[in-house]
Amino acid sequence: MDWTALGVSLRLGVATILILLPFGVWLGRALAIATFRGKLLVEALVTVPLILPPTVLGFYLLVTFGARSPLGQAFQAIAGQALPFSFEGLLLASVIANIPFVVQPIQRGFEAIPSEVRDAAACCGLSPWQRFTRIEAPLAWPSILTAAILAFAHTLGEFGVVLMVGGNIPGETRTLSIAIYDRMQAFDDRGAGVMAATLLVIAVGTLLATTALSRRGVRRRG
Amino acid sequence: MADRRLWVSLRQSGPIPIDVEFTCAPGSVLAIFGPSGSGKTTILRTIAGLYRPAHAVVRSGTETWVDTSSGTFAPAHRRTVGFVFQEYALFPHLTALGNVTAALGHRPRSERRSRGEALLELVHLSSQVGRRPHELSGGERQRVALARALAREPAVLLLDEPFAAVDRSVRRHLQDEIDIVRRTLDAPVILVTHDFDDVIRLATHVLLLEKGRMVAHDAVTSLMSRSDLPWLRDAVGLGAVFGARIARADSNRGLVEIEFAGGTLLAADAGAPVGSTVRVRIPAREIVLATRAPEGLSLHNVVSGTVSAIHQEPGVGHVVVQIAVGQALLLSEVTRDAVGRLGLAVGGQVYALIKSVSIDVDAAPTTNPRR
Repeated sequence: MDWTALGVSLRLGVATILILLPFGVWLGRALAIATFRGKLLVEALVTVPLILPPTVLGFYLLVTFGARSPLGQAFQAIAGQALPFSFEGLLLASVIANIPFVVQPIQRGFEAIPSEVRDAAACCGLSPWQRFTRIEAPLAWPSILTAAILAFAHTLGEFGVVLMVGGNIPGETRTLSIAIYDRMQAFDDRGAGVMAATLLVIAVGTLLATTALSRRGVRRRG
Repeated sequence: MADRRLWVSLRQSGPIPIDVEFTCAPGSVLAIFGPSGSGKTTILRTIAGLYRPAHAVVRSGTETWVDTSSGTFAPAHRRTVGFVFQEYALFPHLTALGNVTAALGHRPRSERRSRGEALLELVHLSSQVGRRPHELSGGERQRVALARALAREPAVLLLDEPFAAVDRSVRRHLQDEIDIVRRTLDAPVILVTHDFDDVIRLATHVLLLEKGRMVAHDAVTSLMSRSDLPWLRDAVGLGAVFGARIARADSNRGLVEIEFAGGTLLAADAGAPVGSTVRVRIPAREIVLATRAPEGLSLHNVVSGTVSAIHQEPGVGHVVVQIAVGQALLLSEVTRDAVGRLGLAVGGQVYALIKSVSIDVDAAPTTNPRR
């Protein structure tokens, strides 16, 4: 069992959620409520990471992060290190790859709130921020939690993007999925089996948690 | 006393065409009546700040909420509006009390709970304070929505089809409740409805709306005695409406004697207590006209009056005759042939024959609270 790899995976999962959730709530809510020009385009862009083969996504991210790209140069200038094959680069790639897993459930969650309920909140004298914290967020809460769990589980399992952008550096970019592949290459079936079972348990647990939460959400809304 | 009237002027050609202008004084209930799709709800949403038409002026007393010519627009949460939505739009994750206290943000934190409980008591929901909306019946939800609207201490109360989602039996009860609760509120009330029963029971004034256009706007009694509103005939049938008082009840015969500005009438006893003020509606089709006092009839009411107006639509077989009886006006719908045979003309004397069962007697809406 590669505990360092598990540590990297968990760290990556938690950091991805922490960065992506506020953004996902903002964008998901905007897509659910607001009408603006280019909304269809934004919705399509959000879905792109879902349909693109992970290696293709990884390839483009690697090019974007590279030392010759403006983003790569900017990061190098600020952080003093390169983005590709670093945890930071992996995290940025993970955030981008997870956008659809976070934004779509949250968008559905906010869409499920009747517009009259939001109007009623405004007529009760609640400011836009109060409407969000006291009415919308509590109602969309199960969806937000679902989004977080999905993104976490997806991050743990991601292989193609990680391999392309992060490589396989122990303690930095070697995640559990990479470690399993690594062990299999070295004919260590037992080691790979333990780690695969760990991921399986996490995946099933995640599925149970999401199902239970969505049931609760339905019951509460009556 | 400060002017607390609501002043509304809306105009746009699309996407929802509207062209209306009206005012509503505190203590008055203005019913906006029209078929669905006529723009009724859009008017309410504009007053509340949930919709912005192309040209609009909305003033509540001295405050200007919208004035598109000067670019003034107060967002919904800055307007003191109580809004009862058609499907109630309660907050599903909050209790009945939580729904009401959500609208009490303008009160100090320490007062909100007791104030919320008092409002729920006003709508007879003291035993349901801790229930969530899905645990309440349709009528109870409606009352929570009403308590929440009142919690705002609104400068104007807006009711959007408040009875559309409840049974007929509950409806009558809720109408009474709204009429009572409204008295505690010294503010203009705008009621949007497509059910004329709501107009008769609750409204002091009525605005007829068709495809966003104002067909007529007047006090209910004056508007309902007009003979020249074919639109109203098609929508609900013509029939004069006037205020009256139950003078006597004859329980043996199942009749009540009602006094109105034109004398007295006998009507079927509908349970209104003696001495109470009622609103009476007599459908125009139910009134038979005669030029001589008839004899040997089964009906109770033969009142004499003068023809004050005759209205005939081109290409339509029937004629609407308006009859002045004392200070009151009645409407009768007869055929063109009957007008010719009887020689009816404005100023001529006529007898109106009315069956007592044709007279609808309803509790009158209370006007001018605290006065």
